[in-house]
Amino acid sequence: MTAISSKLSTGKNDLSLLFKKLWAPFSLTPMLSWLCGALIAVLLEQTVGLYVAWTLGLPKIPVLFGVLIMLETPILFPSAVLYVLIIYILPVALIAWLTTSLANNLAGRLLDLQSWLAVLVHLALFYAVLHLWAEINDYRVLVVRLTLISIILTLSLNVVNGYMGEFSCSHPGFMALGAYGASVFTLALFTDDRTFGAPLLPAQLGVLMFPLSLIFGGVLAALGALIIAIPSFRTRGDYLAIISLAFMFIVKSLIENLDFVGGPRGLGGQPDWANLPTVFAWTAICIWITNNFVRSTLGKALNAVRDDETAADAMTVNTRQTKMVAFLFAAFWAGVAGGLFAHVLRYVNPGSFGLQKLAEILAMLYFGGLNSVVGSIVGAVSFNLVSEALRPLEIMKWIIIPVIFILVMIFRPTGLIAFTEFNVVNWIRPKNRIAE
Amino acid sequence: MSLLRVEHMTHYFGGLRAVNNYNLTVEPGQIRGLIGPNGAGKSTVFNLITGLYKPTEGRILLDGEDIVGRPPYQIAAMGLGRTFQNLQLWRHMTVLEHIKMARYSKITYGLIGAFFGTAQRQREEADIEAKAYSLLELVGIGYLAEQNVTNLPYGALRRVEMARALATEPKILFLDEPTAGMNPEELGQMMEIIRRVHRELNLAIFLIEHRMKFVMELCDIVQTLVFGEVIAEGTPDIIQNDPQVIEAYLGTEVET
Repeated sequence: MTAISSKLSTGKNDLSLLFKKLWAPFSLTPMLSWLCGALIAVLLEQTVGLYVAWTLGLPKIPVLFGVLIMLETPILFPSAVLYVLIIYILPVALIAWLTTSLANNLAGRLLDLQSWLAVLVHLALFYAVLHLWAEINDYRVLVVRLTLISIILTLSLNVVNGYMGEFSCSHPGFMALGAYGASVFTLALFTDDRTFGAPLLPAQLGVLMFPLSLIFGGVLAALGALIIAIPSFRTRGDYLAIISLAFMFIVKSLIENLDFVGGPRGLGGQPDWANLPTVFAWTAICIWITNNFVRSTLGKALNAVRDDETAADAMTVNTRQTKMVAFLFAAFWAGVAGGLFAHVLRYVNPGSFGLQKLAEILAMLYFGGLNSVVGSIVGAVSFNLVSEALRPLEIMKWIIIPVIFILVMIFRPTGLIAFTEFNVVNWIRPKNRIAE
Repeated sequence: MSLLRVEHMTHYFGGLRAVNNYNLTVEPGQIRGLIGPNGAGKSTVFNLITGLYKPTEGRILLDGEDIVGRPPYQIAAMGLGRTFQNLQLWRHMTVLEHIKMARYSKITYGLIGAFFGTAQRQREEADIEAKAYSLLELVGIGYLAEQNVTNLPYGALRRVEMARALATEPKILFLDEPTAGMNPEELGQMMEIIRRVHRELNLAIFLIEHRMKFVMELCDIVQTLVFGEVIAEGTPDIIQNDPQVIEAYLGTEVET
């Protein structure tokens, strides 16, 4: 028994040693190098990806890093691995290693110039990578957009369930309000459709007004949140969970019974305005604002309310107002996410904003980690990618994903990355400089 | 005008009369003590004045303004800071964040500043941080600023609470058993800190304490509370020799 366990532990040590050895050349590699590497990799995929795939015996470019192909036709497993190695891993590693010192220099200069400029440059580079990667086919574009929307949802729920420590279940409800609000806004004002008739304003104006329609949806969701917030923040406890759950069902059946938005049949024909750059921009703005908020003393008041409300009260924190603001803030972003969601799918029906959606959002949140912006991003991205990658398994997918969650809850009860601060400048700093 | 004036305050928990006809005046710069056996209602008096409970009867005037019925955060912002008997700290926050949080009511950058990180916000946060550091130095734990409170020893946590209460810029500071669970060395340090705070910030202090030595050395006037009623009030010397006080603490001698 001891022999086995010692063998196991040495095996683990060997593995981590191997990782350390592999990582050693990259210990000083800044984010800028990685992004450059990724850019080269996606360019490579655009130009020669298809030929590489054919040479390896793959029918087409693997859409999600070859996972789908591995699961559908296991015989192509080695080819898929080789493809990922040739197209992604080797170029990224090579470029990152080659540009390390140059990129460190450049990143340092950018950061010294203006930190916001450095952030923007990195963001633009990241967007370029994402755009080029997604451009290969429509499926990727769809997955990326839905993933970005999930990030907004998860992050906004994290403000309530993580930072504030309450338990809210009404996010699908807010999302529905936002989705329908924004849809009605664009359909009635800018498009010629059978529900609302001729457009009231010229359609060309619509693209410019799209942010307004999203904000309209968000504000509608925030108004809905006000209905929950007024009674449930008088006291502490499970009230919010119950009232918000009820709210979700009320919104759903309300929409089902509203004929002018199509009732249970749903509402379709939204213009295709929620393209990749738009969704990306909104997600970036959401992350930026939320991160600003939770790192300010006003936002830290949420943590104070969560950890000890009496003490917060005695230290001049207006606890009720703090809770209301956070809840309305979260609802607003859920509404914006709903509006984007409606314009990505170009069809909404009340059925998509039920318990299933709630379970998904909660899963992403708790998987990623409470009280952490990075956690929410990681949770949303990994949940979406895993659930897309396991699609060929059909029904088995819904056994494997919960098992993964149970394992995470056992080994990391607070989620993958919980209770951390997201300092962007630290992420993009040149690695030959010490962290702040 | 007195800084704090409590007149005929009475409070019932259901049918139980926890505090009966309690009166108090605190002058600026005074240190007053409240002693009494366990369950006498000392903490209830604190919670009533700080607004956690609303008294059934009576008036509480802070700087001449009636504060009965106001929420605790307003009372605190008006200049009544407090610490808690069993430490009530925020377990996921660092020491520095604790002190910064207590300046919540002084923040003027608002939600716009919080959301968009305006220049005003950067300025104010830097300002708050500088003030927080100076308070931490005052209570002698500046070197612990970046630590999470769950990693700190007990004595340091008491100081964090003290600094946090001071950060609200109180005119009067309520200390609920500031030395509970401390060893003699920490006790001496705490006494020194209270003296220093009193001297440098010119605060009035109202404290609950069990240790007679502590109360007798620090306080100008001491009240003794038994079963919700003040049975004796006066200078430490008078209180120490008051037969009623001795009886309340030690009981009466049995006639043999």
